Amino acid sequence: MSVVSFNKEKTMQASEPTVKTVPAKPVVAVVKPLSTTATAAAPLLQKRGAWAATAKRVFEWLLPPVTGLLIFAAIWATVSALTQGLPGPVKTWQSAVELFSDPFYINNPNDMGIGWNILNSLKRVATGFALAAVVGIPMGFVIGRYTFMSRMAAPVISLLKPVSPLAWLPIGLLVFKAANPAAIWVIFITAVWPMIINTAVGVSKVPQDYMNVAKVLNLSEWKIVTKILLPYVMPYMMTGVRLSIGAAWLVIVAAEMLTGGVGIGFWVWDEWNNLNVEHIIIAIFIVGIVGLLLEQCLVLVAKRYSYE
Amino acid sequence: MTNNMMQDRYVLIENVNMTFQTKKGSFQALKDINLNIREGEFISIIGHSGCGKSTVLNLIAGLLQPTEGYLFCAGREIAKPGPERAVVFQNHSLLPWLTCFENVYLAVERVFGDTEGQTQLAERTRAALELVGLSHAVEKRPNEISGGMKQRVGIARALAMEPKVLLLDEPFGALDALTRAGLQDELMAIMSRSGCTAVMVTHDVDEAVLLSDRIVMMTNGPAATIGEILEVDLPRPRKRLELVEDPAYTHLRSEVLKFLYERHAKKAA
Ligand SMILES: Nc1ncnc2c1ncn2[C@@H]1O[C@H](COP(=O)(O)OP(=O)(O)OP(=O)(O)O)[C@@H](O)[C@H]1O
Ligand SMILES: [Mg+2]
Repeated sequence: MSVVSFNKEKTMQASEPTVKTVPAKPVVAVVKPLSTTATAAAPLLQKRGAWAATAKRVFEWLLPPVTGLLIFAAIWATVSALTQGLPGPVKTWQSAVELFSDPFYINNPNDMGIGWNILNSLKRVATGFALAAVVGIPMGFVIGRYTFMSRMAAPVISLLKPVSPLAWLPIGLLVFKAANPAAIWVIFITAVWPMIINTAVGVSKVPQDYMNVAKVLNLSEWKIVTKILLPYVMPYMMTGVRLSIGAAWLVIVAAEMLTGGVGIGFWVWDEWNNLNVEHIIIAIFIVGIVGLLLEQCLVLVAKRYSYE
Repeated sequence: MTNNMMQDRYVLIENVNMTFQTKKGSFQALKDINLNIREGEFISIIGHSGCGKSTVLNLIAGLLQPTEGYLFCAGREIAKPGPERAVVFQNHSLLPWLTCFENVYLAVERVFGDTEGQTQLAERTRAALELVGLSHAVEKRPNEISGGMKQRVGIARALAMEPKVLLLDEPFGALDALTRAGLQDELMAIMSRSGCTAVMVTHDVDEAVLLSDRIVMMTNGPAATIGEILEVDLPRPRKRLELVEDPAYTHLRSEVLKFLYERHAKKAA
């Protein structure tokens, strides 16, 4: 028997029990399918020329959303033609052009341009949201890290989380005795739950392996938080932040309708009292577009801060 | 305890029982474990999957506390993990958001940060990575390097702490045979230079015989214990190709195989 074959037989026998270690690897393999689609597209590029392929891709990318929007506009136009009082797309567009020709005028405190209204709403959302982050994220860390804290917080959170944030408005008015802080308070309540919960879930999911590393290296609590917990939890936290900014923006319209002042929600209410339906429809679009932009900004931030 | 006794019984495991509390009730993993490890000795723990090898290692590391019995290291009871006992984890356990350098630096900083400046710490980190032949990958992240390289970083991280005892949990289990052989040779060289005590969990009979001074063979769980201890008196330095034809080596190897597959064969699950 030659040395080589003897060696081979040995390793085969000896490595028999190690079969169970195989699952450690697949993580790397997940990446592969992406590259196969890329190579499949390559011959296509050569055949039809780069330009045609790009045009095709843009077309494929653009066609469905444009079609969707056109269908939406068509239904809207039909409904408005059949009913009375609901303005159609063209009329709304004209009104929007006029409205945005001078977004930042100030006639008196109750009559300001649409730009001011949007900015004021954004300011409230930003304030309430920032407060929620300052309170919610550290709380999430503590709750996720210590079982005692999580058991302590569980009943309170599960009791309060399903309550509509608007139900907190009267409490806000009562405590702060003013409309603006009460609206900010409502945004705070809206935004704080997703931040607490997502951060806590992230912290509690930190793999035991990493915590074992922390124990074996005897890392200080500060190092554990900055070098292990924070980087691991960042994606979870960003999900929480994204959910809460969406919800906050959703709620601000309703809150402002109730509190008054300058803001997109109050503006909608005002235009309803003026029976200016075009403006209400425009407001719906504004709220939608701003909400979309907010979320997209946060998606970009999230990508920037995830380690993968 | 005299100095001599300390050297002979550097790591001491006395009547250790380990019972886990699980949802289905209590589960006794280890029973009556007794082991003395000499200073500078290389011990392998071998046994079938699930018998409790990792549990023994985690007990020595201080990550687990025994339900009964005592563990000592250098005459002091093991109460929690400490820098004199470094661990190389089975799945490398590198932090994916840190570079290789930063991963090792984290350990170095913790052990020597109080007494040394930043340049010295960085110097130590680089030296440790150079020791395992990774100078070129210092700034890479773990997901940018191969499995073998990750395992090397894990070893570098442990060695950089200048531990008295190195604990290795199937350090090469996930690697292919060629990479594994290369790393085994490197580990042997490093251990003979550093002279530190080592306890390694393994599934690989050849690995155990090649590297160890003694092989601890464990019976199957539940309530697993030490079945036999095999002295490996092959002279060092050992060369794997020469050993293949050495009758003493072949004998030791078959002893381990007989223990595992005859006396304590595991029924296929
Ligand atoms: N934290 C725990 N809680 C409950 N049971 C555990 C725990 N850790 C280990 N066990 C049990 O103890 C036994 C020994 O586990 P251990 O991980 O030490 O085995 P092992 O010999 O290292 O196995 P392998 O070779 O597969 O790594 C197993 O039956 C396992 O299910
Ligand atoms: Mg194990």
